Amino acid sequence: MWKTILRRFLIMIPEVIILSILVFLLAKAMPGDPFTGSINPKADPQQIHHLMKINGLYDPWYQQYWQWVVHLFHGNLGNSYQYQEPVTRLIAGRAGNTLWLALFTMILTYAFALPMGVFAGRHEGKLPDTIIRVYTYVTYCIPFFVILVIGIWIFGYVFGWFPTTGSISAEASGSGWLQTIGSRFYHILLPGILGALFGTVNIVQYLRSEVIDAKGSDYVRTARSKGVPSKDIYRHHIFRNSLLPIAAFAGYSITGLLNGSIFTETVFSYPGMGLLFVNSISYRDYTVITALVLIYGILNLIGTLLSDIILSIVDPRIRIE
Amino acid sequence: METASNFLNIKDVSTAFKINGQFYDAISHINLQVHHDEILAIVGESGCGKSTLATTIMGLHDPAETKISGEIDFEGTNLLNLDDDGYNDFRGAKIGMIFQDPLSALNPLKRIEDQISEVMDYHTSLSKEEKHERVLQLLDEVGIVNPKRTAHQFPHELSGGMRQRVIIAIAIACKPDLIIADEPTTALDVTIQAQILDVLRDIQKENHAGIILITHDLGVVAETADRVAVMYAGQIVEEGTAEQVFNTPEHPYTRSLLRSMPQRDNENDDLYVIKGNVPSLQKMPSTGDRFAPRIPWVPASAHEENPSMHEVAPGHEVRCTCYKEFSFPDEKGSVTV
Repeated sequence: MWKTILRRFLIMIPEVIILSILVFLLAKAMPGDPFTGSINPKADPQQIHHLMKINGLYDPWYQQYWQWVVHLFHGNLGNSYQYQEPVTRLIAGRAGNTLWLALFTMILTYAFALPMGVFAGRHEGKLPDTIIRVYTYVTYCIPFFVILVIGIWIFGYVFGWFPTTGSISAEASGSGWLQTIGSRFYHILLPGILGALFGTVNIVQYLRSEVIDAKGSDYVRTARSKGVPSKDIYRHHIFRNSLLPIAAFAGYSITGLLNGSIFTETVFSYPGMGLLFVNSISYRDYTVITALVLIYGILNLIGTLLSDIILSIVDPRIRIE
Repeated sequence: METASNFLNIKDVSTAFKINGQFYDAISHINLQVHHDEILAIVGESGCGKSTLATTIMGLHDPAETKISGEIDFEGTNLLNLDDDGYNDFRGAKIGMIFQDPLSALNPLKRIEDQISEVMDYHTSLSKEEKHERVLQLLDEVGIVNPKRTAHQFPHELSGGMRQRVIIAIAIACKPDLIIADEPTTALDVTIQAQILDVLRDIQKENHAGIILITHDLGVVAETADRVAVMYAGQIVEEGTAEQVFNTPEHPYTRSLLRSMPQRDNENDDLYVIKGNVPSLQKMPSTGDRFAPRIPWVPASAHEENPSMHEVAPGHEVRCTCYKEFSFPDEKGSVTV
């Protein structure tokens, strides 16, 4: 078990190195240089040339890469052109918001999806199953941002139940920690629920068809021939086996949440990494984009690592003994 | 053939499956008895209804998709009157089943020990330690060399033969009176086959159980069975002791089956082949001998309109009267049309 996790973790190291090289080379390939924007446009090209030279920008790429990595380990990702502050601080200020929203969305997603999928599979072809299926098809057909906009319009505007922008209200940000947490939670409720409603679709469909498959499988027939009552067959045999693809999916769903957060945060003007990413692209804020791509890339790798670890916990067949 | 020792009495059982909204008989009007201390083999080609009969006795059919009629009298209880909960008192406890494909019949995510002791969870009041002891004892009984190690393993770590032994261990864990073995050796190679059959025979002797052995392998039947029932297209066409069926087969189908077995002394000859196919459920004729289309040289007058079982010797019964006139086309005295 631990061997599997360790081995899987070690595989991640070359992955991260390759990712960072790619990100670095992409950043190098972007047009412009680091000084044109930050000094007087009338500056002497000779002087820029000199600055480039003393900053090592004419060195071979691998030397520059090494410099970049050393800076990276010191938490130095450069300065944002747009905000004129260190990228590290800029991202650190927003990462919490994104994480908080993503975690909440993920918990809600599974809280909705697992019971729905099992229930639909168990009562295949009956009315509740049909309702759940119609719901998943309809949701799947609507683009995510449209769901968000409709959600804001209905619950934020027509009913006025939820705030539609920001991560915290102005009054709460100055007062005590209880109000702060309350207000923050209040602000992620609507984006979280809408994200979860959208995120459940795949999981429900997967789980439903897995449960239907498992119901007809030979090992379930064996269990029935042992005299195991129906509800225990679901609990001990069908549920866990049906969860395998969902478990494989769980880590990747982190990736999906991050992608989703770009939509959610933009539509809700929620100050997280997704919104920062979109803004940075429109302002050509290269240092921020590079840093965020690297972070998203690493989070992706962690997502797949988590998937593999979860899968090796639930499925003995892929453990390395 | 009613004797004091028969504890399973299948009377006029038919099982029909729903296909496109209509029910079609997969097995029709089956009558069979099983006694203690005997192995009854049910033979027939694929699709003749052998497995359907097994799953019918086990009550494993989805009631919405199947219609079962008749009576299965098991030690005084008609199993067909039971609901699912009532059936669960018999499944695993008094009737054990061994399945065809050992590769898929075990839950891939559970340790062997848990899968064997699960059957005891529902039918015995043994403590955890007692169950553990019993699991090791069972694994030893079915010929697993290192029970302690195997108990802790997962199905994918075992070979096909070992998995089949585990499935047998599950089936016999509660010492059932009846064991239904549905093609227990089909997926295994020949040496393992012989070992598995030995295990089955030993268990039967020890527990005084009755075994229904379902197979299409006549070699297996000859080696193990006390009595044989031959099935064709959902009906029993011949029933008798193993000696009767093998030495004096009467029904054209039984004779064709035996003739289509490779023999050592005619290895240069072409193998006999029964021409044609088993009719599909939807196309099954409601009257007449179902085997008649596959022996077209036998005149129609030889068959009964509604073929019934005829006793040809004590305990030896044959369906339809056509057996009296039947011979193979290349035999002397054959009837030509």
